[in-house]
Amino acid sequence: MEEQKHFKHPSFYPGDAPETEHPFSLYISVWILLFVLSAFSYAVDLAEIQGYLRWFLVTVFAFLKAGLVVGVFMHMAWERMAFLYAIMLPPLFLLALIGILAVDGAFVYYIRDLFMPLVGE
Amino acid sequence: MSNNQTVTFEHSIPDNLKGLVADWSSDVQTFRVRWSKAMMWIFLVSDTFIFGSFLCAYMAVRLTTIEPWPPTSEVFALHVGGADVPLLLIAIMTFILISSSGTMAMAVTSGYKKQRKKTAFLILLTALGGVAFVGMQMFEWSKLIFEEGIRPWGNPFGAAQFGGFFFMITGFHGLHVSIGVVYLSIVAKRVWEGRYDRLDDYQMVEVVGLYWHFVDLVWIFIFAFFYLW
Repeated sequence: MEEQKHFKHPSFYPGDAPETEHPFSLYISVWILLFVLSAFSYAVDLAEIQGYLRWFLVTVFAFLKAGLVVGVFMHMAWERMAFLYAIMLPPLFLLALIGILAVDGAFVYYIRDLFMPLVGE
Repeated sequence: MSNNQTVTFEHSIPDNLKGLVADWSSDVQTFRVRWSKAMMWIFLVSDTFIFGSFLCAYMAVRLTTIEPWPPTSEVFALHVGGADVPLLLIAIMTFILISSSGTMAMAVTSGYKKQRKKTAFLILLTALGGVAFVGMQMFEWSKLIFEEGIRPWGNPFGAAQFGGFFFMITGFHGLHVSIGVVYLSIVAKRVWEGRYDRLDDYQMVEVVGLYWHFVDLVWIFIFAFFYLW
């Protein structure tokens, strides 16, 4: 059965199959990986890297960690696609909010920079 | 409906209150996971929007302040052996929360193997990690309030909005951790008492696990965007 292969995860047949696919060692290696990535982002601060490189590195490490937590710890990597998309796509709307606020924020800063010194606080 | 027209699905269930209940309680199913898990995920999506909005608002304010933003790595430094170690407490808190996520993942696995005592022990260990995290957060807050003089409406380091966002974002996250500790304790007690053995079903361990990993997930982004950015 081709389909049977996808339905193995215990949350689909709860209680039917012991979770033999995910041994402790998988979680421990992800755990160690999370430590290493956290140490990297901490090192970015210790090394006093500034500017775009800092923002880039911090963001990349954060999203790598988030991917590991959601994918492995929260088992999203083994869920059906219908469920995965229903959960993972809606948060992408936040990107629109970020874009709008970034444009608006830059404009507000420009205006304030122009007029605040004249008004004096 | 005695003619040769096909009877459609909509006609077989009345479109009134009874039909509403029937629609929601019938065996029609999109997500092939059980309700407890699907609903926890849907709750987590809504929570994502709450924290997402907080962090977006924080971004918008940081973009617009003329005054410099307080230097977080100095504000959150800890005195150890006569020297300031930047973000030390935050690093330890991160370490603890990631570790508790690790023990939680193991608890879920043990649950599916129906190892009652091991599962209960691992969940309890996770809850202890949460207690340690909240304790350290209380220490951090009191240090900032009483020693550094940071208030929601101002602080001696720079932009006045810093305090408001710090207390709101970390406070809301701390609230989630605290609720998580209570939730974990309840599930640990039920595992210990053998409730899930009697049900022959450890799904609720995975559901509380989802909540706990989400708390860890939010911390990853707070750590990155508030403390390090």
